[in-house]
Amino acid sequence: MLESIVHVCLAGLSTGMFIWLVASGLTLIFGVLGVLNFAHGSFYMLGAYFCYTVLSVMGDNFWLGLILGPLCVCVVGFIVERFFLRYVYHLDLPYQLLLTFAFVLLFDDLVKVVWGAGSISSPMVPGLSGSIPIMGRNFPVYNLFIIAVGPLVALGMWAMLEKTWWGRIIRAASSDREMASAIGVRVSALFTAVFVFGTWLGAVGGGLAVPYVGLLTPGMGETVIINAFVVAVIGGLGSLKGAFLGALIIGLLSSFGTRYLPTFDMFLTFILMAAVLLWRPQGFFGEAA
Amino acid sequence: MQRSWTWVLIAAVLVGLLAIGLFSGRFVVYLSMRVMILAIFALGYNLLLGRTGLLSFGHAAFYAGGAYGLGLFSIHVSQNPLLGILVGVILACVLAVIVGFFCVRHTEIYFAMLTLAFGMMVFSLIWNMREITGGDDGLVGIMRAPISLGFAGIPLNKTEYYYFFVLFWFVLSVGVIYLIRNSPFGLILSGLRENDRRVEFAGLSVKNYRLAAFVISGTFAGLAGSLGALLESNTDPFSAHWSHSAEPILVSLIGGIQTFAGPLVGSVIFIVLREIIERFTQNWMLWFGIILLVIIMGLRGGVVGGMTQLFQRVRSVSKSGGNP
Repeated sequence: MLESIVHVCLAGLSTGMFIWLVASGLTLIFGVLGVLNFAHGSFYMLGAYFCYTVLSVMGDNFWLGLILGPLCVCVVGFIVERFFLRYVYHLDLPYQLLLTFAFVLLFDDLVKVVWGAGSISSPMVPGLSGSIPIMGRNFPVYNLFIIAVGPLVALGMWAMLEKTWWGRIIRAASSDREMASAIGVRVSALFTAVFVFGTWLGAVGGGLAVPYVGLLTPGMGETVIINAFVVAVIGGLGSLKGAFLGALIIGLLSSFGTRYLPTFDMFLTFILMAAVLLWRPQGFFGEAA
Repeated sequence: MQRSWTWVLIAAVLVGLLAIGLFSGRFVVYLSMRVMILAIFALGYNLLLGRTGLLSFGHAAFYAGGAYGLGLFSIHVSQNPLLGILVGVILACVLAVIVGFFCVRHTEIYFAMLTLAFGMMVFSLIWNMREITGGDDGLVGIMRAPISLGFAGIPLNKTEYYYFFVLFWFVLSVGVIYLIRNSPFGLILSGLRENDRRVEFAGLSVKNYRLAAFVISGTFAGLAGSLGALLESNTDPFSAHWSHSAEPILVSLIGGIQTFAGPLVGSVIFIVLREIIERFTQNWMLWFGIILLVIIMGLRGGVVGGMTQLFQRVRSVSKSGGNP
């Protein structure tokens, strides 16, 4: 009984940290730019595919793929922000959401054109493959690695936002665009930078997903983006601290749900999302509206 | 556009639709039915989006409510299509009342996310409760029984017969939605979009009006779902998925959110263009994404809005004798 609970917890933690990797970029972009980016799931997918390509072209060096792959996706993110998204900031919400949705359709099919419509099975990471016994049962090493990476990313983002000059400017621009621009911050350039950085986070999430999900499919971004939305919402849109906690809760909820209430595991996630929106729309850490 | 010309246009469209049913091949008839069903879905949806400005990602749940309501009733109780549609529409309406009751507390992004959450709850129930809904297979073998009139029955089993049944519901829906849109109630809804504070100061309950618009649009989604289930003789669990909710939004956007005819024109473009693109390439989503980008970046009035502007410009040019 205890072993099984420990294992369900571990599975939940790794799922949660994995969602966090994707939700972090989404939350950062929403917090600063105010745009909820459907295409973030596509960046995640592109990250996975580019990593895979770097892996297969440059030899089986996973870490090289994880560095170069997301950089390619950053170029895509730059184009999306600089030439499209920038022009809809002043428009109503439907236009902003649908612009990012248009990119979802576009990238999903582009991936089919470039890499084929079928799924690709992905290689394991040397040194992190296999599993180790924990309390009598095997647990994949790579999932433990993800559980460790999640908090590191959180720590890195916290340090960047709270302790560096860059972070101060980003926080200033997100709390008051006009004031930041009045004191000499080039807000539009900053928005581009933040969007590209958020894209990079999503793509790294995709790169790390290559060995985790084991299969690359053209629609892989769509399930992830909805989970990331759920996490971003229950943590309070724009709050990184909230998204981290939200990811942990959703990860654990879904793994316990899958284990003990398989009929309702997806239902539980969305009922939690609705409940948070109804009773505390600002999320766990958001300030009262 | 002048009033008399509008009537001519409406008459021409009606004659065209009747002619399709009488003379066209099965494929065109089938496509036209899909256009009309999507148009009912989108017109109802645009009553919410175009009038009140609320963006819902949960209307697929009501579409599925109509489809599964009709499907379950037809399999377990009676195959009478009119009763089945009634059951489907009532189920969708009840769902919309429940979901809407919670969702209209918020607007903007929170409304969109809340409707997404409720819609996906319905999807997850349909997906996982296999014994009732058939899970990922959906409900199969929904029959189109004749409408019985006591002494005789109107058969619906052939595609051509069913076409006129869909056409009847389509014309009825367009008429009803037009009346709602131009009633005092419809005007208050557009007041909500422009300035909800003022509507509130006028002594009207903003929430109740939003809820009413939500339920009406959900009910039409249910009607579309019922007709769709009868057309395909099965139900698809993904008809409740959030990505299906995006369909009426895209259709309205292509045609023009702020016009009545927008969703109609958008439905035709959506279905026909998809057929054409799929003939030549496997990648219709790619082309569709590009079209969407063009519309959002440059043609925000949609096709109908753009045409109206063009028409007005031509008229003002010809009136002022070539000197605009």
